[in-house]
Amino acid sequence: MRPEIEQRLRLNTDLARRVLTAFIREEVEKAGFQRVIFGLSGGIDSALVAYLAVEALGRDRVQAVMMPYRTSSPSSLEDARRVVEDLGMPALTVPITPAVDAYFEQMDRLLGGAAPVLRRGNRMARERMATLFDLSAHFGALVLGTSNKTELLLGYGTQFGDLASALNPIGDLYKYQVRQMAAAVGVPDSILSKPPSADLWADQTDESELGFGYDEADEVLYQLVDQRLSVAELAARGYEERFIRHVAERVRRNQYKRRTPVIAKLSGRTIGVDFRYLRDWGL
Amino acid sequence: MTQRIQVALGQVRPVLGDVGRNVDKHLQYMAKAREQGADVIVFPELGLTGYQVQDLTLEVARPLSHPDIHRLVRESRSLDVVFSFVEESDAHLFHISSVYAAEGEVRAVHRKVYLPTYGMFDEGRYFAAGGGFQVFTSRLGATGMLVCEDAWHATSPYLLAMGGASVLILPAASPARNVMEQGDFGSQAFWRQLLQVYAQLFGTYIVFVNRVGLEDGVNFFGGSGVVSPQGEWLVEAPALEEGLYLAEVKPDAVRRARYTTPLLRDERADLVWRQLGNLLDGRTPKGGLAR
Repeated sequence: MRPEIEQRLRLNTDLARRVLTAFIREEVEKAGFQRVIFGLSGGIDSALVAYLAVEALGRDRVQAVMMPYRTSSPSSLEDARRVVEDLGMPALTVPITPAVDAYFEQMDRLLGGAAPVLRRGNRMARERMATLFDLSAHFGALVLGTSNKTELLLGYGTQFGDLASALNPIGDLYKYQVRQMAAAVGVPDSILSKPPSADLWADQTDESELGFGYDEADEVLYQLVDQRLSVAELAARGYEERFIRHVAERVRRNQYKRRTPVIAKLSGRTIGVDFRYLRDWGL
Repeated sequence: MTQRIQVALGQVRPVLGDVGRNVDKHLQYMAKAREQGADVIVFPELGLTGYQVQDLTLEVARPLSHPDIHRLVRESRSLDVVFSFVEESDAHLFHISSVYAAEGEVRAVHRKVYLPTYGMFDEGRYFAAGGGFQVFTSRLGATGMLVCEDAWHATSPYLLAMGGASVLILPAASPARNVMEQGDFGSQAFWRQLLQVYAQLFGTYIVFVNRVGLEDGVNFFGGSGVVSPQGEWLVEAPALEEGLYLAEVKPDAVRRARYTTPLLRDERADLVWRQLGNLLDGRTPKGGLAR
């Protein structure tokens, strides 16, 4: 990463921490809730959310849920347990293997063939989402999202799966900044240093699946999105044009994942078009 | 002259769309300020409604004569108050207004002139722009009001200072942005520099009151304060925390500043008038470059 971009992606972590903990506290309490719940995978994003949530609300108002599948790496679950232990927060382990396997046993039979990994991965992400929202009702806890800005922009997540949440404290942090924040709040070294993985199948890593590194992506995304530079301007700065185009195209193609469903306009006042209120209406 | 006036800054967190609850909070802060010996209290932009009212505009808008507004004006009998809300005119235009009330009466109303409608801001979609900046007499002396974005146009404090104002009251709803930078938020750092420069250039006090709290993840940074005509921050409220803060304004300080650095005395309003007139007429001044 070029030093001038690296410097711009550097966060004032103390200030960001104050903003993000205030965000969790205020947005949760305003909505009439006392507690939050989230999936804890053992990865850096959900670990950061765990530390921020405990700092914002105290450990007794935070519920972590580990939802391993049989192919999930055992070291992921270990890392998640390390976070739970370090923070001393309540945690529940809910394996999703029976539900996911039962689904595909039936579906593979109905469709006459084994589902590819992408469909299996999406189903796992949605099984976890369904579990979290069910437990949300049980515990009276709002679901915190754990998708970062890099993933949201690239569309590297499952719609109505891991992308679903009530509040997302880390959605405006690039992966590069997630690492800074995670180090600042005290996320264990074993999590900070391992390669990021969605852990949907054995030995998967995000960077091998995406075909490029997060640092590379963040360097380009920051200039495309935050600085509003064009592909041509970035190419003129010496970045490989094919790569910039690929990243820009991913951002465009995945816009649908960042929006609520599109509604056909018929009336004079349509939700999302000219019916405009914040979620925090009256809060 | 050794007059001293205690100015209270009500750095509140408004509830979005609930005027009644916000009026209650303003009244509580007024009572507390009174106990602490304040003469004037200033609240942030849209403190009675919340900032991103969008389609709540129709519900939260109040004419000046509305009972909710009267509740606050009535309380100004023992403490001057500056508050801000969505004002509906007789012709049903909706303004972001700031009211100065004293002795149970409205003394001045400023309607926000510059409505930011870019990036994260959408004010021009819902609100009508005010028509100008007025100087009025208050307990603080010759006073002018600006609302938030008004102050991002250098001509606004210029016009008020040229009109004789020695105190500028500036309610704001400014979001925290750019945590990337060192120290303050990028947006807060800009405000700090801007207000120090204005206070020194125009030899005025500036009373800046910015709200706190979140609206759909947008965080308003607070950091309210009073800047002296010498460009010093007399009080600085913390970022992100609700609270009441006091500072002392001494009209003598304006006198000294304007004697030491008589920029306003030397200001060439005639030249500005002539040259702007030429620009608007499409003529260029002597020696200027044709467009």
